[in-house]
Formats: sequence, C-alpha cells, structure tokens
Amino acid sequence: MTGFYRIVGHELRLSVRGGIGSLVALIFFVVTVALFPLGVGPELEVLGRIAPGVVWVAALLAAMLSMERLFQTDYEDGTLELLALSPLPLELVVLAKCLAHWLSTALPLIIISPVLSLLVNMSADGLVMLIAAMFLGTPTLSLIGGVGAALTVGARRGGVLLALLVLPLYIPVLIFGVGAVEGAISGYGSTAPLMILGGLFLGALVLTPFAGAAALRLALE
Amino acid sequence: MADRSTKYLHWLANPARFLRAARAVYPWCAGIAVLSLAAGLVLGLYAAPADYQMGDAYRIIFVHVPAAWMALFAYVVMAVASAMALIWKHPLADLIAKGSAPVGAGFAFICLVTGSLWGKPMWGAWWVWDARLTSVLILFFLYLAHIALTNAFDDPKRGAKAGAILALVGVVNLPIIKFSVDWWNTLHQPSSITKLDAPSVDPSMLPALLLMALGFTAFYLGVLILRVRAEILARKIRSLRMMQAGR
Repeated sequence: MTGFYRIVGHELRLSVRGGIGSLVALIFFVVTVALFPLGVGPELEVLGRIAPGVVWVAALLAAMLSMERLFQTDYEDGTLELLALSPLPLELVVLAKCLAHWLSTALPLIIISPVLSLLVNMSADGLVMLIAAMFLGTPTLSLIGGVGAALTVGARRGGVLLALLVLPLYIPVLIFGVGAVEGAISGYGSTAPLMILGGLFLGALVLTPFAGAAALRLALE
Repeated sequence: MADRSTKYLHWLANPARFLRAARAVYPWCAGIAVLSLAAGLVLGLYAAPADYQMGDAYRIIFVHVPAAWMALFAYVVMAVASAMALIWKHPLADLIAKGSAPVGAGFAFICLVTGSLWGKPMWGAWWVWDARLTSVLILFFLYLAHIALTNAFDDPKRGAKAGAILALVGVVNLPIIKFSVDWWNTLHQPSSITKLDAPSVDPSMLPALLLMALGFTAFYLGVLILRVRAEILARKIRSLRMMQAGR
C-alpha cells in the first residue's frame, strides 16, 4: 500500500509545484459559471432556478478538462512503463491516479462552489445539498474520467475524443446530482438521488480501475 | 460444451472460411430483409386498423419499435464481440464489433428521429427529457464515441481493442434503457410487446410489427456481413501494401 500512497503524494506534489493544471480547472469552473448570468440574463429568479444545473455542468466540464493529461504525460516520458513494472497492481495505480485527480481538481471545485452559488442565487438549503452531492458525485467523475484518459493514451486528437467518450457516461451523475440539489431547494427531499449517487460511486469504484488498467496495458503493449 | 463452442469459434476465426460462409448467408439475409420489410410495411400501413386513440399517427411504431430493438441488439452484439475479442483474441470479433457500431448508431438515430416525429402529435413536443429518450440518446452518443475511438489510432488493432473496452464499459447503459420505462413513471409508454403475459398490443398490429422486426434483423445481419467482408479485404490490402513497401 505504500506504493499507492507514494503515487498519490507524487501526483499531489506535482500539481502543487508545477501546478498550473488544477488552477486552470478552477478558473475555468468560475468563468463558465460566470458566463451564464451574462448569457441568460441577470434576473435572480431565473438564475436561482437553473443554478444547480449550471454549477454541475461547469463542474463536469472542469473535471474533464484536467483529465486529459492524467496518463498521457506519464506515457510520453516512460513513467507509465515503470509503474506497470512496479509490484503495485496496475488497477491500484489507476485508482491512485484518480484519487490524486480528485484531491487536486475536484476538491478545490467543491471548496469554491459556495462562492459560485452566490453568483447564481442559490438558496442556503440548495448550497448545503450541492456540497454533499458534489462530495458523492465528483469521485465518480474522476473514476470514469480515468477510464477515458487511459483509453485515449496515444490517440490522435486525444482531448476532443476524451470529451466524446466521457461526457455520455457523466450524464447519470449530472442528472442525480442536479436532482439532489433541486430536491433540497423545492423541499421534496433528496434522499433518493443521493443514494443513487452513492451507488454510482461505489459501482464506479469497483469497476473502473479494471477497465482503466486494461486500457493502460493495451497502451503499453 | 465449452469445448464444442470454442471449436466453433475457431472454425469461424479463419477469414477465408468466414468469407465463404458469409457468401452463402448473405443472399438469405438480403432476401428475407426485402420480403419481410415489404410485407410488414403493407400490413402495417394498409392492413392494420387505425388506433382508437392515436389514429393513423401510431403507424410510425412499425419503424420506431424495431429500430429501437435493433439499436439495443446491435450494441449487445458489439459488446459480446468485444468481450470475445478481449478474452480469446478472436480475429473476427474485432471486425464484427467495428462493423456493428455504425449500423447500431444508424438504428439509434432512426429510433430517435421517428420517436421525435411521433412525439410531436402525441405529446405536443418534438423532444421530451424523459428517462427512455435520454438513455437512448446516451446510447447514440456511445456509438459515436466508439466509432471515434476505434478510428483514433494509427494502428487499427490498437483502436479495435480500445473500442472493445469502451463497449464493455457502456454495457451499463443497456439495462437502464431496457427498464427505464418500468423504473421511472415517465411520459414514454411502457413496453407493450415483450411482456411476460400476453402482449397488450392489439393482435391485428402484431404480425406487421414482428415482420418489421424480422426484416430489420435480417437487414442488420446483411449489412454486418458486408461491412466485415469489406474490413477483411481492407486489411488484406493493407498487409499486401506493407509487403510491397517492405520489398
């Protein structure tokens, strides 16, 4: 297990020191959300109604934006082959990479989302639920994105392709993430969407490392 | 059992043998497709009575429902072929998965378009974001992603394998589509033909629907054979060119 933590620590240090990557994702998140009031118009009622969807879609795109380089740079400089040769199973390498991605990219998004929710006039109930739902939902995004990133290693036009692969699979998280927040705002309750988000996370946690590792082995053949 | 099935797999693994078998099967597929599609359309558009609620507008069901079935069926074929390609490295399974994707995408597209045309008079909107429509749309996107991914690598074998992994990941969507109308109480009507007890669709409409489904299946198999055959020949040309270049 020390290998696992080493990879996570290594990735985190990389993102802190050379780390324009996760900062870019954060700025992208803020700018995207800020675009909506300009596009839809500044009426607070309208903004309040679309707020959960806006924040979630922006978070989805921001998480995906930083996904592209997850394995590509390691593949190019040979680190990936060393990781594959190490005693740590490749499945755990994928999991460690996804965890590092979540810590360095998704966690800042969650931390800054209260500020953003003010921009789009979200109620306090909605905000609390938004943070809870993002804690449950964004790990799934990192895990699914990890499979996409592993599949597109070495592909032509990897970035656009990654979006095409990953966004359809992100849709359930989006639907139930928004559903949870809207349930809290309208007072209908959000237990069911939260449980489904949890289920999606657990399912992804079990299945995606295998798919990602299979894709990486393929890239190294 | 396992022994016999692997023997069968090996038998088809030889491309030349597959080409021969395909040549024998293809005319049957084409014939069945033309005949049953013609008969199904005549039965569906003229012989079947108008629906007591929807009038003549319901007749689009004879295209919509078989297209939806085939969109799912093509994905199942693609996923099974992908699993075979990954597990046994079956040389033809790759090609079947690759050939299935565009056809399945076509069926999914037909399903979405006809559903939209049907939705306008029935629901008053071209598109409704209910569970089944959304999940079929996701299926369509998955097909497109598969096509894009298999073509994204310089080495076609690499692309085929990446596509196989993606196809298996996308399998999670299939049960969601199939059962979305039962799990969620949405606008889209529940399944009326493949119920365990008697189908709730009127018996006068059933023969046309089944004929159309048969025609669509035969059409799919025929097109699949053509695509796989073309792909085998393309690979042959590629390796011949490589040999020429190597000389």
